[in-house]
Amino acid sequence: MSQPLIEFQGVEKRFGDTVIFKDFNFSVEDGEIVSIIGPSGSGKSTLLRILMTLEGIEGGVVNVAGEPLWHKRTANGLVPADNKHLHRMRHHLGMVFQHFNLFPHMSVKRNITEAPMRVQGKTKAEAEAIADELLELVGMSDKADMYPNELSGGQKQRVGIARALAMQPSILLLDEITSALDPELVDEVLDVIRNLAKKHSFTMLLVTHEMYFAREISDRVCFFDQGAIVEEGEPEQIFTAPKETRTQAFLNAYMSQ
Amino acid sequence: MPFGEIISILLEGALVTLKIVALALPLAAVMAFGFGMLRLYAPKPIKYLAIIYIEFFRGTSALIQLYWIYFVLPFFGFSFDAMTAGVVALGLNIGAYGTEVVRGAMASVPKGQYEAAVALNFSSTQRLWRILMPQALVNMIPPFGNLAIELVKATSLVSLITIADLTYRAKALADMTLQVTEIFAVVLVLYFLFAQVLAIGFRVLEKKLSRGLGRGGLGQ
Repeated sequence: MSQPLIEFQGVEKRFGDTVIFKDFNFSVEDGEIVSIIGPSGSGKSTLLRILMTLEGIEGGVVNVAGEPLWHKRTANGLVPADNKHLHRMRHHLGMVFQHFNLFPHMSVKRNITEAPMRVQGKTKAEAEAIADELLELVGMSDKADMYPNELSGGQKQRVGIARALAMQPSILLLDEITSALDPELVDEVLDVIRNLAKKHSFTMLLVTHEMYFAREISDRVCFFDQGAIVEEGEPEQIFTAPKETRTQAFLNAYMSQ
Repeated sequence: MPFGEIISILLEGALVTLKIVALALPLAAVMAFGFGMLRLYAPKPIKYLAIIYIEFFRGTSALIQLYWIYFVLPFFGFSFDAMTAGVVALGLNIGAYGTEVVRGAMASVPKGQYEAAVALNFSSTQRLWRILMPQALVNMIPPFGNLAIELVKATSLVSLITIADLTYRAKALADMTLQVTEIFAVVLVLYFLFAQVLAIGFRVLEKKLSRGLGRGGLGQ
């Protein structure tokens, strides 16, 4: 087996006195689609936020594409990463947020073109060509000149997906991207992800409460509880024949809702 | 004294008042942004210097600050003409209040905006100037408008350090002619007009900047 694209090795993460991860190990293969399910406060979102460099770690190593994310390799071993290293590593990653976090002072199109132009140095024409293509992909071509506050939640999130994709990340992190949406708007967002998943052109890591969706698109499902992976496996197995009692309890509670 | 003559003398004073506003307002803005940013982002020792400036100028009387700059500093070898002293005192005073406006507005931008900017790999300078500042700016406009009006009214203090502004002339004319009611009525109206022009100007600016932010002129 080749080297995993994402690798957590003995990671420790604390918020003050609260321990989120202790000696946490986890890995994702290149091109794999992995769903993370579990109760709130189990560390699911923290896992994505550590990868997106929004949260640091207190111990262990996180490797992305064979390179430590939060450390720099030097002659004297690993030292904590500086801004330059983080900036370089972030080009592997893109993230879609629960609350969209679109830039309200920019049009839909500029939300998408701003980073490719300012960060990757693309010309306006190049960035707009990418934006047009992505807006088409997420079905938002006719809304390019609108502002985020003129859009519905589902439309905002589709722009959020397009904005993340515009940076051409190899890993896409989806953090409860439908949790803030009205139920009737969930499907239009999930459809976009379904289409992306079919192409399998990049690695996806999703934290989600949409169980049927996780079952449908994932190569692997991980059940998290209290900062640890209690059970992981193929979606069919996890959802139809969970081995661990905690997984069973969680899924039963979920199904009875 | 004929009313027309009173008006023309007062208008001359009004020009002096406007001149002080025109000079002190940019100074206040520079102080507000400069020290507001230092207060937020500078390393510790510089941050403390910023806090000392802010608290000193907010915590003491504007009139006493003016007296210090004009009457006391010359004893320490720093002499200013009255106009400079007036502009500097008012600019530093209003600027100190402005730093808190800048700080509050920056803090009011949701954390998710910062996180999205990190996720898209913007540099820290780009995050500040392209993502956070444009959003904060809209929130700064209404309180800045208040401060600008505050400044117009505070200019009357400079009449106490020999500057012949609107208030100074009104006082002198009233002492001379005893036409107290007419004179101070005109003065009242003129200050009110200046404040209104500023208020309208800031409202237009707010509207212009707020497209997309969902806080059009109605403050929603």
